[in-house]
Amino acid sequence: MNDINGVALTVLIVLFALVTVMGFYASRWRRPHSMESLDEWGLGGRKFGTWVTWFLLGGDLYTAYTFVAVPAAMFATGAVAGFFAVPYTIVLYPIIFVFMARLWSVSHRHGYVTPADFVRGRYSSRGLTLAVAITGFLATMPYIALQLVGIQAVLEVAGLGGGSNWVAKDAPLFIAFALLAAYTYSSGLRAPAVIAFVKDTLIYLVIIVAIIYLPTKVGGWEAIFGAAEDKMASPNPATGAPTGSFIPTGIDAHWAYATLALGSALALFMYPHSITATLSSQSRNTIRRNASILPAYSFILGLLALLGWVAIAAGTQPVGLDGEPNAQLVIPQLFEDMFPSWFAGVAWAAIAIGALVPAAIMSIAAANTFTRNVYKEFLRPQATPKQEAKVSKLASLVVKLFALVFVLTLDRQNAINFQLLGGIWILQTLPVIVFSLYTKWFHRWGLLAGWAVGMVYGTISAYNVVNPVTGAHFGGSLDPIPVIGHLGYIALTAFVINVAVATVVTLAMRAGKVSNGADETIAGDYFADAGDPKVLKSLPGIDEPTGGVSGNR
Amino acid sequence: MTSPDEPDDPTLHDTAPPANRALLALAGVLLAIPVIALLWVDSYARVDPKLGPWPFFFWYQFLWVFLTAGLTYTSYRIVLAARPHRPMRHDAADGSGTNDGRAAR
Repeated sequence: MNDINGVALTVLIVLFALVTVMGFYASRWRRPHSMESLDEWGLGGRKFGTWVTWFLLGGDLYTAYTFVAVPAAMFATGAVAGFFAVPYTIVLYPIIFVFMARLWSVSHRHGYVTPADFVRGRYSSRGLTLAVAITGFLATMPYIALQLVGIQAVLEVAGLGGGSNWVAKDAPLFIAFALLAAYTYSSGLRAPAVIAFVKDTLIYLVIIVAIIYLPTKVGGWEAIFGAAEDKMASPNPATGAPTGSFIPTGIDAHWAYATLALGSALALFMYPHSITATLSSQSRNTIRRNASILPAYSFILGLLALLGWVAIAAGTQPVGLDGEPNAQLVIPQLFEDMFPSWFAGVAWAAIAIGALVPAAIMSIAAANTFTRNVYKEFLRPQATPKQEAKVSKLASLVVKLFALVFVLTLDRQNAINFQLLGGIWILQTLPVIVFSLYTKWFHRWGLLAGWAVGMVYGTISAYNVVNPVTGAHFGGSLDPIPVIGHLGYIALTAFVINVAVATVVTLAMRAGKVSNGADETIAGDYFADAGDPKVLKSLPGIDEPTGGVSGNR
Repeated sequence: MTSPDEPDDPTLHDTAPPANRALLALAGVLLAIPVIALLWVDSYARVDPKLGPWPFFFWYQFLWVFLTAGLTYTSYRIVLAARPHRPMRHDAADGSGTNDGRAAR
């Protein structure tokens, strides 16, 4: 069982205190005139260049998902459940390369902060805007929940919490929640942007050390792959089936692997937080340059995934403070077992900060969406920028509270499923956002109908996936694909149904000559760049259209 | 959420900037290659040929990290050449005036 590891815990706390101070100091970084507008608090003033954006996106995309959930899935059930994250994060970049520049341009021309803003401008449809806003808010919750599970895993292995009653048992979770809430509230997006530098430095350091040092300690990659192959082939005591997959075999596993990768890749840049990070960049092409340097993170992700198998070879026993095995603890436990105490503390800090940064960004983005597209649109159209910033701060707390509910009610053992559940929902907004960047052929009612059918189908299908061991609903994200019959990621199936419904309803609406709403954008908007009229200076709080240290590369 | 310019503002372009379609298509093909390669799981879900202790399945996907970075960067250069930025106002000459020399990006 876990005793408190004094040295490691001290290092963890010191590093944590350091980034907290930085987080508060961040509000003075690059001197905003005032934090009391949504644009300053929520978008960091839109002055970030290629490198800051690279760090920000990296801090944003590579999260507890990467450090905790993916290696845990590899450890527990192998390549189909875990390693799909590698093709997912590779095919991601060619995909976003195609449409993100257009979204940047039109957003900067019209002052859009969220994808729902764009939809509102494009279709003048309050229903469709609300659908996109609510989906963004909802889908972010399980993703933040995953980050809380990550921080909790570190605190639990560090020996914090534990005890017989449920309050004491979940103490690490509440500590994680409090940490996150406190620092997001004060500094907004500037805090994660500044901390992302520290975070990425720590992460790279820990990964390089782990990936060079750990395999030699457990007998090399030969032994690691051998141990994983043995574990995955051995029968699961509960079901009698093999524990997992060493390499995906059989057409079902191939379909599952490919659809998980593609569905996740299409979904990721629909999240409000991914779009916020992209819009924070300085020019139209920043995101495209980034698309060619971001794959460096995919390489790291693959190595981290394999740490789940290093843990198999090392014989790591991830056991929680309640005495139950918990695969989510495998990486923090591996670090504690294999590293000197002080470095275990550094590694824990890397994981925990690596979960805090994206969780902060996610909750800010979800809050922005709520403020602009629900509060200002429906509740209080006359709100001042100061009121907007205040509501956003409160909404960022609310979204984290809901995330806490997800953690407490769903199966924490399979945290990667949180992210996959969010993906099912958010992917249903892709037709509305991405198709509309190119064409207004689709009708607003068609897109809304497709979205609704996709959401209902996806939610019901996910609910009906029952964990064979625990009997809990929402037990996974794979389901037989109708017609094709092989296993597929529910998000992608729902997406195809969504597009089909949208197309049919669009044809009907066009035949009936129903209005498709006024469009405030013009074709030239989708190609605008910094320097064009209204670009970069359309929002309050910004005087200088260009600025920042990384102005030109 | 404001519409800063009237949609019919005559000084703004209401068309896509001119582009070299063949080059854009080439960039599209380069971007499609990694997507197709990685989704075709049947082509790489195997153990052999191994690279040292690494089964093919793993080293092949790691290889695609670098190939994709290269293809994406190539596409980036191609797209810049295929559709150079055109200032939104008709009266602004290319690369001067409103753009502080940043138009080429």
